[in-house]
Amino acid sequence: MTLGKIQQTILVALVLCLAPFLVHAEDLIAEKSFKSNTEILVKFSGPVDRAIAEDVKNYTVFEEPDPDIRLTLKSAILAENGKSVSLVFAEPLNTAVAHVVTIRGLAGIESTTFTVSKSYLGYLFGILISALLINNFVFTKYLGLCVFFGTSKKKDTAKGMGVVFTLVIVVSALMSWFFYNFILIPYDLNFLQIVVFIGLVSLTVQAVDTVLRKVNPILFNSFGVYLVLVIANCVIIAVPLILANSNYNAAETFMLALGAGGGFLLALYLMSAVSERLQLANIPQTFKGLPIAFIVAGQFAMAFLGFSGLQLF
Amino acid sequence: MANDKSSMQLITRGILSENPIFKLALSMCPAVGISTTVMNGLMLGIAVLFVQVFSSVTISIFKNVIHPRIRIPTYTLTIATWVTVIDLVLAAYLPEAYAKMGIFVKLIVAFAIITMRLEMFACKESVNASFWDGLGMGLGFMVGMMVIGFFRELLGSGMILGYDVLGFKPLLFFILPSAGFFVVGLMMAFFNWIEIYYKRSKGLKS
Repeated sequence: MTLGKIQQTILVALVLCLAPFLVHAEDLIAEKSFKSNTEILVKFSGPVDRAIAEDVKNYTVFEEPDPDIRLTLKSAILAENGKSVSLVFAEPLNTAVAHVVTIRGLAGIESTTFTVSKSYLGYLFGILISALLINNFVFTKYLGLCVFFGTSKKKDTAKGMGVVFTLVIVVSALMSWFFYNFILIPYDLNFLQIVVFIGLVSLTVQAVDTVLRKVNPILFNSFGVYLVLVIANCVIIAVPLILANSNYNAAETFMLALGAGGGFLLALYLMSAVSERLQLANIPQTFKGLPIAFIVAGQFAMAFLGFSGLQLF
Repeated sequence: MANDKSSMQLITRGILSENPIFKLALSMCPAVGISTTVMNGLMLGIAVLFVQVFSSVTISIFKNVIHPRIRIPTYTLTIATWVTVIDLVLAAYLPEAYAKMGIFVKLIVAFAIITMRLEMFACKESVNASFWDGLGMGLGFMVGMMVIGFFRELLGSGMILGYDVLGFKPLLFFILPSAGFFVVGLMMAFFNWIEIYYKRSKGLKS
């Protein structure tokens, strides 16, 4: 009974937290969402005029980044009770971007404009998946290669390096985000971003080193050696630079850092699995060592091209 | 005269026997990422050359003041300062080339090659020698980037420095980003092959 109540409270709290993102629309529009990839569903707070709501000419729809390209509506169908209308489009929509819908003449108001976008959690998850697979930092952005080729010889090393790396990158990215938004931007010190970010990364690595040494010496003995390598990795400095460019908030930063770290772990693990097999294979002498590792990485990079365009939500 | 000879040796060492890309296999990210044309390679090479030379000289000047225990953070901050300088200069004067290189200019700060030269060379040697060593390493990186860029541009789009040389596009594949891995891998194999061939012709066992 109490458990159910707690669950209910958490659910209500969650809805309240997300409410600003989900319903920041005008009073007239109660709810709007993508029903399928060719349909937008709009719910009104009260019944509306059927003649206006079902006239396709009263609607203008475009993707937020390109206001010049108007999307063509096939039909607008009002429900029986007159409270919701479903807009059917001729061509599939790119549901990853926000769509701006304007309705003219509805309920006596000259024009009502609102944006339709996917739920915020779905968007956050999209950032994670994008950093993990679609824009994998190793295979499609070509970052962190020195460490990648150095530590992908054995599966154990790969796992250790990946986990330590993910930990450090999440902590340092969140710290960089804080410094960027609350110190660099307000005091107009944007030109110092490289110095500040690299300093924060070194600081995080040193802090993780000290804490791990005291708290869990066994873990430190197995993972400690990788900490030094983390500083020499470009991914760790690339993530703060990317988030500074794209104005992410704290949750988005966390997801990007987690995706970047996870992507690096995934790449290392895949590569190490191949490397272990390569040691047994009969490779021409000129290709031994790094050259064959590069060729394998190139094949992985081509395989990862297949993830482009992947959408889960 | 003796000084001239050693400075020449330092430069050729950076370009040939200790080439950062093909021999030391450091700073691979830009070698794969943006070496699609000779021009890109040249631009990033100049940026790296600048940072390498100035960081080497700076560390060499202050080598007696830096406490050994904090030397790595000092190196990092020195490099970051010079990277900021070249980043702002490129953004102001060459905005088009800067846009093409994107994030890689800022990422020079994490290049292992620069930190390694500071640790191995600049913190021990004189200012003069550090300057020539930095110049050699920077030139070596630039040459490596340009050679990769040369092959990718020639094979991918049939052009050199933007001029149409072949008149047709032999293998469009090479302009694709993932081909960077293949080109670098094949070139490393080629250098290995030369080395093995050379040793065999001299009757040595490799």
